[in-house]
Amino acid sequence: MKNQFDIIVVGAGPAGSLAAWYASLGGAKVLVLEKDRDIGTPVRCAEGVGAAGLQNIIKPDSRWIANRIENINLISPHGKSVTLANEDLGYILHRKLFDNYLAEEASKTGAEILTKAYAENLLFNKNGEVNGVVFSHLGKKLSIKAKIVIGADGVESRVGRWAGIRTQLKLRDIETCVQYTMGNVDVTPDACDFYFSQKRSPGGYIWVFPKGDGIANIGIGISGEYAQYKSPLRYLNEFVEEHFPKASVLTTTIGGVPIALTNKQIVKTGFMLVGDAAHQANPISGGGIVPAMVAGKIAGQVAAEAIQSGDVSEQFLKKYEKQWYKSEGNTHKMTYRLKEAVYKLTDDDLNKTADSILSLPENKRTIVNVFKKALYNKPTLILDAIKVFKIGISDIFDPLS
Amino acid sequence: MIKIKEDRCDFCGTCVSVCPVDCIELREAIIKIDQDTCTDCKLCVYVCPVETLEYVHEKSI
Repeated sequence: MKNQFDIIVVGAGPAGSLAAWYASLGGAKVLVLEKDRDIGTPVRCAEGVGAAGLQNIIKPDSRWIANRIENINLISPHGKSVTLANEDLGYILHRKLFDNYLAEEASKTGAEILTKAYAENLLFNKNGEVNGVVFSHLGKKLSIKAKIVIGADGVESRVGRWAGIRTQLKLRDIETCVQYTMGNVDVTPDACDFYFSQKRSPGGYIWVFPKGDGIANIGIGISGEYAQYKSPLRYLNEFVEEHFPKASVLTTTIGGVPIALTNKQIVKTGFMLVGDAAHQANPISGGGIVPAMVAGKIAGQVAAEAIQSGDVSEQFLKKYEKQWYKSEGNTHKMTYRLKEAVYKLTDDDLNKTADSILSLPENKRTIVNVFKKALYNKPTLILDAIKVFKIGISDIFDPLS
Repeated sequence: MIKIKEDRCDFCGTCVSVCPVDCIELREAIIKIDQDTCTDCKLCVYVCPVETLEYVHEKSI
């Protein structure tokens, strides 16, 4: 292996692979470090993704699509189901195959990928600027230089901390999640169900995403603020016992999801943060795949330009930050405000919202109207909801990505 | 101090994401806490989805 690259990407999830892919397309020599032995495993995702958001970046491919979703049901604490009108379609992915595919595409453009490569620290020049990565690989410790390092190491976001950026999440800004992939589940095969209740999933929700053939991802995310009193595992076990007593657990998936504002700082001279590591997941749904891909693509393009122009300064790399806010980040800010309000609703509020939505004709049961009813006393937030959901809830899925 | 029940751990990194002093090392199937750096703030205990981490009083060990 070479001992110098233009760009090193740490982490081969959707953010890292897209960054590598577009940086490499832009002519940069790229190395990707992945700590696990297989790209895409272990899966830490509910595997749902909005069709529109995905299609803006990549052509859906039957190799990694498990199921198509035609309906979204929101279920109130008292068990009333609201089927959303006019929603765009979604997909349930085979996330392992999906991540593999993205890494493959990156490698086709010339990016080198190394698995079982565990980043330990960064290298710095005499001015204290990032200029490489220290990592261990098959028992050897290696130091490889790069003009730009891209941190795509997921929710842990340690690489950012090494670069001197504060990335720790507050309890209120993290969802702690457990999911069972279950067999023998009796659900509508083309509908995703979201259960809301402050009592059964405080500061979050429970999801049931069908993967076909009686298999479904059934999971929960709750706010870290509440998890200190009772773990999501306990809540999920109670839910499954009540709703799916005959189903069997095929896989258990656990993980944390940032539901925070985009990290205050996402670039430094010679350094960029993308995806969950930059806290770019949708704060209300926890959906992280599409925002990670959007950010990865922009970061990769800007990084390649920076290499070409020989300027990797913070000022130049801020082009990425600017474009992120323009394409997703500003909506992300409003979504965060909505999350803060929605996760405070009591079960009584949620029940009333469901009842009043169900009194509307079916074609009026839109996500914007749900927010209008739920946030009746908060007109500024209703405006936020309209702005956010005007573009479609293309990324309401994938709470665990 | 924070005790790890390793057989429960799935190495998901949720604990790492909240650790204010970055004292948790997590590899493919290894989790370690640097007890010298750890401040016993318990944030990791609170967010672990599957109750892997536990706070125990030093004396009881």
